[in-house]
Amino acid sequence: MVRTLLVRGMLVGILAGLLAAGFAYLFGEPQVDLAIAFEEHASAAAGAAAEAEPELVSRAVQSTLGLFTGIVVVGCALGGIFGLAFAYFHGRLGRWSPLLTAAVLAAAGFIVLVVVPQLKYPANPPAVGSPDSIAARTGFYFLLLGLSIAVAIAALGTARQLMARLGGWSAALIGIAIYAIAMAGVMLALPSISEVPADFSADVLWNFRAASLGIGAVLWATLGLAFGALTQRQLTAGRGR
Amino acid sequence: MSHVVSAPALQPAIPTVIPVREILPWAIFGGLLAIIAVYFVGAEQGALSMFDGMYVHEFLHDGRHLLGFPCH
Repeated sequence: MVRTLLVRGMLVGILAGLLAAGFAYLFGEPQVDLAIAFEEHASAAAGAAAEAEPELVSRAVQSTLGLFTGIVVVGCALGGIFGLAFAYFHGRLGRWSPLLTAAVLAAAGFIVLVVVPQLKYPANPPAVGSPDSIAARTGFYFLLLGLSIAVAIAALGTARQLMARLGGWSAALIGIAIYAIAMAGVMLALPSISEVPADFSADVLWNFRAASLGIGAVLWATLGLAFGALTQRQLTAGRGR
Repeated sequence: MSHVVSAPALQPAIPTVIPVREILPWAIFGGLLAIIAVYFVGAEQGALSMFDGMYVHEFLHDGRHLLGFPCH
């Protein structure tokens, strides 16, 4: 059974990755191109003798094959973990249908893994962020991601313990409140990073970050809804309509 | 893709609760693989480098930016 759910998660993850990469190509790539144009213009203006760095990988490959590979690999990995998380949570959250369990898990995954980390350390296009701080920025980003996961698990554990006494609704609200308050504290404690060049277009920055959130939304929505639908069908089929 | 095969009676329904000991080995192994996959897409040849050069970074460049990982 676990095997079926893991394989299904990985396959649905690949599908989700393909859709998210398509979204990224349509809405993200134009912003990446604008940011690269800004970067080249700025370095030319700074007098860096127009000596173009040799390209290891062409823009055409980066924006198609590279983009799709990266997002599909992440989609497949997240999908597999999603399938295993579903295997654990199905039947442990109350009498929920597979459809509802998968949808709620995916919504939680989107908030915990995408929205919350990006509220503090949003996605940056090329030309934003100093190369000197890449180690610190990467460290803080993954630290925040890890804390978001750990706090979510702790909050969920607390909520499940309270469920018998307070009922599902109140227990869930308390769990959500614990997560929100703890993450607000974490975000206050972690240092802010603002390295956007003064003359970088605010429109490009906003459009890039909106596209990045959109990619996460497409990925997690596909994961939750497609996985839920397939598992629901299997369950009803198994009961022999 | 979604042709409905007449529900085989052999196919088991999902049990209400799958015991943790059945999930755990998959979860540990899958979790490790997922971390490696996310590391290569999100951080290799950026903040950390297992391999010399910039090819991985350059190939995955756009996805890394758009997925929200710090890139360079």
